Order: sequence, then structure tokens, then C-alpha cells
Amino acid sequence: MSMTILTVDDSRTMRDMLRLALVQAGYEVVQAEDGVHGLEVLATSNPDVIVTDINMPRMDGFGFIEGVRADAKHRAIPILVLTTESDAEKKNRARQAGATGWIVKPFDPVKLVEAIRRVAA
Amino acid sequence: MIDLKTNGGHDRELISFRIGSQEFCVDIMTVREIRGWTQTTVLPRSPTYVRGVVNLRGAVLPIVDLSARLGFASADPTARHVIIVAQIGHQQVGLLVDAVSDIITVNDAEVQPTPDIASELVKTFVQGILAVEGRMISLISLEHVLPPEQQEAA
Amino acid sequence: MDPMEAIKITFFQECEEQLAELEGGLLAMEAGEADSEVVNAVFRAVHSIKGGAGAFGLDDLVRFSHVFETALDEVRTGRLAPDPNTVLKVMLRAADVLADLVRAARDGGVIDEARVQQIAAELAGCGAGGGHHDETPAGAEPAIEFTPLAFAMPVLEPELPPAPATHEWIIRFQPKSELYANANEAALLLRELSQLGAMTVELDSSMLPQLDALDPEGAYLSWTITLTTERTETEIREVFEFVDGDCELSVESAEPQVVAPTPDVFDVMALIQKVQAAPEMAAAPPLAPPASPPAATAVVAPRPSPPAAAAAAAAPAEAANGQGRADAAAAAPTIRVDLERVDRLIDLVGELVINQAMLSQRVMEAGIAGASAIGMGLDELEQLSREIQDSVMAIRAQPVKSVFQRMSRLAREVAAMTGKQVRLVTDGEGTEVDKTVIERLADPLTHMIRNAIDHGLEDAAGRLAAGKPVEGTVRLSAGHRSGRIVIEISDDGAGINRTKVREIAVERGLVSPDAVLSDDETDNLIFLPGFSTASVVSDISGRGVGMDVVKRSIQSLGGRISISSRPGKGSIFVMSLPLTLAVLDGMVVSLNEQTLVVPLTAIVETLQPKSSNVYGMGGDARVIAVRDAYVPLIDVGLLLGYRTDAMPAGEGVALLIESDGGGRAALLVDAIQGQRQVVIKSLEANYRHVPGIAAATILGDGRVALILDIDSIVAVSRTGDLATEPKLAMVS
Repeated sequence: MSMTILTVDDSRTMRDMLRLALVQAGYEVVQAEDGVHGLEVLATSNPDVIVTDINMPRMDGFGFIEGVRADAKHRAIPILVLTTESDAEKKNRARQAGATGWIVKPFDPVKLVEAIRRVAA
Repeated sequence: MIDLKTNGGHDRELISFRIGSQEFCVDIMTVREIRGWTQTTVLPRSPTYVRGVVNLRGAVLPIVDLSARLGFASADPTARHVIIVAQIGHQQVGLLVDAVSDIITVNDAEVQPTPDIASELVKTFVQGILAVEGRMISLISLEHVLPPEQQEAA
Repeated sequence: MDPMEAIKITFFQECEEQLAELEGGLLAMEAGEADSEVVNAVFRAVHSIKGGAGAFGLDDLVRFSHVFETALDEVRTGRLAPDPNTVLKVMLRAADVLADLVRAARDGGVIDEARVQQIAAELAGCGAGGGHHDETPAGAEPAIEFTPLAFAMPVLEPELPPAPATHEWIIRFQPKSELYANANEAALLLRELSQLGAMTVELDSSMLPQLDALDPEGAYLSWTITLTTERTETEIREVFEFVDGDCELSVESAEPQVVAPTPDVFDVMALIQKVQAAPEMAAAPPLAPPASPPAATAVVAPRPSPPAAAAAAAAPAEAANGQGRADAAAAAPTIRVDLERVDRLIDLVGELVINQAMLSQRVMEAGIAGASAIGMGLDELEQLSREIQDSVMAIRAQPVKSVFQRMSRLAREVAAMTGKQVRLVTDGEGTEVDKTVIERLADPLTHMIRNAIDHGLEDAAGRLAAGKPVEGTVRLSAGHRSGRIVIEISDDGAGINRTKVREIAVERGLVSPDAVLSDDETDNLIFLPGFSTASVVSDISGRGVGMDVVKRSIQSLGGRISISSRPGKGSIFVMSLPLTLAVLDGMVVSLNEQTLVVPLTAIVETLQPKSSNVYGMGGDARVIAVRDAYVPLIDVGLLLGYRTDAMPAGEGVALLIESDGGGRAALLVDAIQGQRQVVIKSLEANYRHVPGIAAATILGDGRVALILDIDSIVAVSRTGDLATEPKLAMVS
């Protein structure tokens, strides 16, 4: 059975790219457009890994990760953060919020799949 | 595709129709439907062979009096007249004729060239002639049925 | 299509949306109306453009958006005050540059590199004042040199010398509870490590407390790994990149080295009891899941939470969800639909309305009373059809905001080119109108805004002399008025110089020297073809486009435009446009057994001509006296060739119409049938343009009726010959 990845990103472009890369790598993909939507989608799906952007309207990536981790059902789901910055401060904040790892943009399908493989059981 | 006919050419189906005492036909592939005559809305300042427009399921369909277009007398349409709705390029046009007579299957090789004596109008519209059971039927091309678009400044 | 190409198209579409968001946000900030959400949205817009641009390798775009983003981040974090006169001016120009870069990346085309560099430097300058926080050297133009193209997961660091063929490493790894809390797994890290080379793993579970003292989320296990690999220490440490700080980690060469372990590690080491040797993992296939993770983890999984913890944890999640729902309600959800589907729906609803009208007419003809059950059912059907039609039309409606936003950029550019100070004030941006109308408004609006700044506003000296503030104001507003959208463009400039306008019009033979013209008529001369008020065609308003072209484009949308002006106070252009191009309010008239539709907007009033107030002017030409004025009486039947002899004026009805040029005429028809909203049908789809006719429609009896093109009728009535009609823009 293939793994399901939830991606959370407000940019259509990024969502399309994530979907393309993940589907090509053989994953099932569910998508959400921001943190709030992500939590809603999470309530009805059971992803193996979550990939989320940080800068999003309504609820940003930090809030989303905290929301995921706050729910006992979801605390074991690995969460990868998409970040444009190699900024240590952002990584630390993401990690404090509960992120498992990160993927530094620009988006590269190979690196994405590699990172998912690293954190997925 | 393999043509099994010994004499080469392709078979095609044509719809033949009558205008006055003459018979004409067009490729069945261009015909969308056949309807009865209905009163048209006259277009101002249009050539006499353009009878006007009618409502074809919400689209505006121009009606061409094929008799007048081919240089014969203008038709005096009655309820017995029929409209052949034909697809010409991206447009649909209604052709007013007296009656639809037949569907005939012919081989390309049976189409004879238009005789040289023909007038300009005939040359524009008649692609070739067919002899079917002793009748002469002119195969016509619909490309130039509508009046040419006016030359308009861009 | 290549899927990446398709995504690229999406990217550019999205860029346009983000550019609009960016500009709108910056303008709100400039006006001091922005809250932190607006500032965040502005930041995100640039951030997203940068992100996508990076993925497509659009380096120019990445570089510039990075500099822009950095400056915006300064504002967002409060380190840089968004001063409307300095910072925001730069940012608005930066938004323009960003838009240019996006379009250049999309369409190809040349970029003014110097301008990009200059704005980038100014942006960097803004940020420098507030203190930089990233890697970019402070106060620096070099900001633009900074390349944000960081590697996702640092792989080989080329500057490191190649490692010896193989090397044995001792890795000591003790997770902290934070590691598990973030859903990292010791087992996965070990699996990762096993791919670097041959590995043996020893588990230390000596820290495991008694069961009653066990914190289910605690971390008690540690591992000592011996790894034989060609890889470098850096590469080994990269495996632990995600858990840096969430574990104790030491990586040491197994070769004799005099390196004292850190006290921490030493203490841990001191406690190690070699309880169990983990299975040799080197032989495991690289991608296989760890079938047998270190045994102890299977016994005591560090993660399961007891119900109490779960309940406690659930509370904030609930709160977050609740918050989310509230937010979701605030921002109405939207879906994206192909325009084709909407247009198909609009067509179908048009059919529905026509069919319903036909049905009503048949029922009426059948002599069924309106008060009967059938009649009342039909009334309801009619009501419903009309509501469906309105709702469907509303799908195509969009706020004029998108096109208004483009005007503010234009105003800035024209201001810069003319050296004038201009404030563009917009109002009613939320006013909705058909998408096609919006798209086709951009060009005429562009031209009028240019005109207003270039010709309407005086220069600084002129304004001071006139006792006005140096900064001129151009106002652009939209609103709904009696079923149409009205757009006004006004300026507080000098107003139309009527003497000069008249001179030019006479000089070009547009009016006769002795014509008596009202002020309004004089002002409206500028719409005549071939008229241009600038004696020198300027770079800005020029391009060979006159106000006549603006008028044409407005007319082609079924709209009208007029100008009024007050000397010394300014000018105001008023445009009124239909809300949709799919339906039209018309007056249905009969004419020699034909039924025609006259657009209601053109009709001023209906007249009952009497032979006593109609005067022959030679030939077929007649005029009719309307109060004190004489207007041409156009025999429409004659003009269209529906009859050969002029109709006696007293036998018909006249419609007094006003063409968009302000010219009046009376159309003589047989009778008026009534007012109706009609669905516009193209004649060109299956036929071609017909002179004097704007389009067609289908009436309740199922027959086609033609819609008169008023301006064309009025124009050709002067020559009396439709065949000479110039090409007129058509209602599509």
C-alpha cells in the first residue's frame, strides 16, 4: 500500500509541483491550502507524512504544526517544513513547534522524496 | 484502410436534392439536419439570395436560397420547401431547396469533370457531375455559398 | 502538455494574483489602512513569487524578490517603519519592477536592468536602516548578489578533502524526548545510517526506569554504532541533521585519537551496560523498512500517550480547530471554474429564458387566462428563469479592483515621466461587472488616466499660480446606477481649453467655423476622430491613439462616454457600461412586418410625429421639431431597405435617440411593441457583420429579431447609404 502525503501550501504552483513530484514517486497525495484547511483535511485523512509551508494565510505553518502535535492521534506523524530560508531561526521555531525535518526550497523533487523517505517509517 | 474496389477511388455518400427541374447533391458529411421552411427575419441590404435568418435552437442561422445563388430564379418558398442545414467551415448555413430526393453512394471515379461550357457561377459551385440512373446530378461545393465578407478596414 | 509547463502557466497566473495582492496591500499601507494581516499578505505574495521562481530557475526574479522580501520582512517584524513617503514609495516601485520581471520571465522581453538594480539598491537601503538580520551584509547593494539558492540537504561539501577509502567511526547517539515529540524515530536514523556503510549497533537500555517511574514520552535509550564507511564525518552528521539539538551525538574516528570525550558523553558512556547487541544491519537492503529495529524499541515504544495526556493535548487542538472554523467563515470559500463552463451555462440559461418566453406566448395564444393555474405557473417559471439568469450572470461578474489597481501603477509612471506630483484616488473598487467588460476597460482607462495627468493637470508652477496644491488629484470611481456600471475619471486640473479645442476642430474641418456649440458640445469635440489636443504628440498620451478610439472601445462594449469640464477646476469623464454583454434592455418595435430591437439606453423619449411638425429637407431627408430643436427624422425602414417609399411621418412612431457623440435623431418606425430584456446573439457566428445591425436576439415567438446599431444608423443617415458604413465595433 502506498503512503499518503498531506501537503499544505497556499501557492497553487507549489501544490501542483508537490503533487506532481509525489505522485510520480508513487505516493498518494492529499492537499490543503493553509493551516486551517490542513487541520480540516487531517481530520478526514490519515497521512503518513505531512509536508507544510510556513508562510500561509489564516494559519501559518508553525500554528499548523502545533495544531497537529496537540492532537494525540497525530503526534507521531512526521512533518517536513518547506522553507525558502536556510535560516536557523526559522528551523528552530519549526522544530519547537514540532516539525520533524525540513526541505529547503527551491523545490527539488529528488530532495523532497529523499526527505520523506528519511522520516517515513 | 484498404480499398477493395477494383477501380481505385473512395466511396462516398451524397444527399441529392431538387431545385426546379434540376438535381444537385452535396457530401452527406456536410449535412447536419434537414428542416422544413420557416419564415425568416430579413437582413437589411443583403444579396437577394440571402433570405434572412432563422432561429436554430438558439443560434442565428442564415438561409441561402440555393436556386438564386446558383443563378436560377428566386424561390417562392412554401411549407413544402426544405432547409438543408450544412456545416461550412466553422459556420452553419441553411440551404433552401425544393425537396430532398435521395441518398446516393458513388465512387470518386464516377464523378465526371464539369463540362467546359459552364458559366462562372457553375464553375464556382459545381465540382463535377454524376450520371445516376439516367439522371444528371451536379455535385456542388458549398464553400462560396455565403456572400464574400466585405473588405473592411482593419 | 509537459506537466511542468502546465504548472508554469499556473505559476504565472498565480503571480498575477499575487502582484495584485501586493500592490493592493502596499497601497493600503501607504494610506495607513493596513493591519498586520495585510502586511503579512504582502510579504507572502513576494515570498510565493520567489518560491515558485526558484523552482523554475528564474534567477533574476528570485534575486529581486529576495531583496524585496527581505525589506518586507523588516517591516513585518517592526524593524522598519513603513513610511508612506519613503519606504512605501520605493516598495510600490519595486512592485512595478517585480511585475515587469514576472512578465519578462513569462513572455520574454527586455528588462531595464539598471532600473532593477537601482530599485533593488533602494530596497536594500530601506532595510539597512532597520538593521539586517540575515546573511546579507548590512547596508548593501551586494544584497542583490546574494543567492538564496541554498541546497536542500547539503550533500557533498566539495571543499572537504576526500575521505580515505574506508574508515571506522564510533557514533554515540542518545535521543532526548524532544526527538520523539517531533516524530523523529531513532530506528529511522539508524536505518539511514546503515546505508552509509557496514554497521554494528549496540543498544544501551540501562537508563530505563522501573515501569512505575516510566514517563511514556521520555527518552531512555541510547545507541553506540560502529560504522565502517567511505563517507566523511560531515555526511554522517547530516543523517542527524533533523535531530540536531534533540539528541546527544558524538561522531569519532575509531582510529586511535587523543580526543577526550565531552563530560556529558563521558557520563553517559560510564553508565553504559552492554545489555544486548543489536543485529548486524549492514546487510539490510537500503530501502527496506527496518524489519528489526533495535530490539528494545519494540519493547518500550517511547511514543504512546496515556489517555490523560491525550485529553490534555486535545484541548489546544480543539481550540485551534475552533479558531480555524471561525476564520474559514470569515473568508468565503471560493472555487475556480473554467470560464468555458460558465459561458456554456450562460448560453443554456439564455436558451431557457427564450424557451420560457416562447412557452408563455404560446399559452397566451391558446387563450389560456393569466389567472389560471397554468398562467400562474408560467409566471413563477418566468420569475425563476430571470433569477437563474441573474445568478448565472453574477458568476462572470468581478470587482473592477483588478483593473483599477493597474491604474495606480500607471499613474505613478506617468507622474514620473511628466515630473508632476499626482495622487490617484480610487473609489468603488468592489463594484462588479462582467469579466469581459473589465478586461476591455483596461485600455480605455489607461488612455484616460494618461490624458488626465498629461493634459488635464497643470505643471507645478501652473498649479501654484492657480492657488492649487502642487500635488494634483486624479479620481477614479465606479458604482452601479440604474442597472449599469458608471465609471468616472476626474482631475482637478485646468479643465478643457474650449477656445483651443474649437480652434483645432475648425482647423481640422471637424466643425464649421460658424457652428454654434454649447460648452458641452465643444468639450465632446475631443471624441471626434482625428482630434488630439496636444499640439505635440507627447510620448505619454500619444501613440497615435486619440479619444475617438477610447470612445469606440467603450461603445463596442455597449457603453457611452461623455466629458464635462469646468475651466480652472478640472474635467470629468463619465462612462456608463452594461453590466453584462449577454443581455440587453431593448425596445421592441415593428417595421414593415419585421421586428427590431432598439437598445433602451439610446432612447431619450418616444414621439408621436404629426405631419405639421415634420419638414422635408429635399430628397427623403426630413427633420422633426422636438420642442425648440430640429432633429433629423430617420426612416429606418427606408434606410434598411425594408421599404422603397418613405413612410408618411404621421403613420408611425418616432423614437428620439441620442447617439454617444451626443448627436440626436428620431427613428421613425411603425409601432412600439414594448420593452424587453433580450439575450444577445451573434450574427457573425454563422454569417457576418450586417451594416446598421449590432446583433440579433430571439423573441418569444421563436423568431430572430435584429438589434439596431444606433450609432451606425445615425452616422450613415447622413450619407443615406449603409453600404458605405465604416467598420464599426460590434457587440460581441
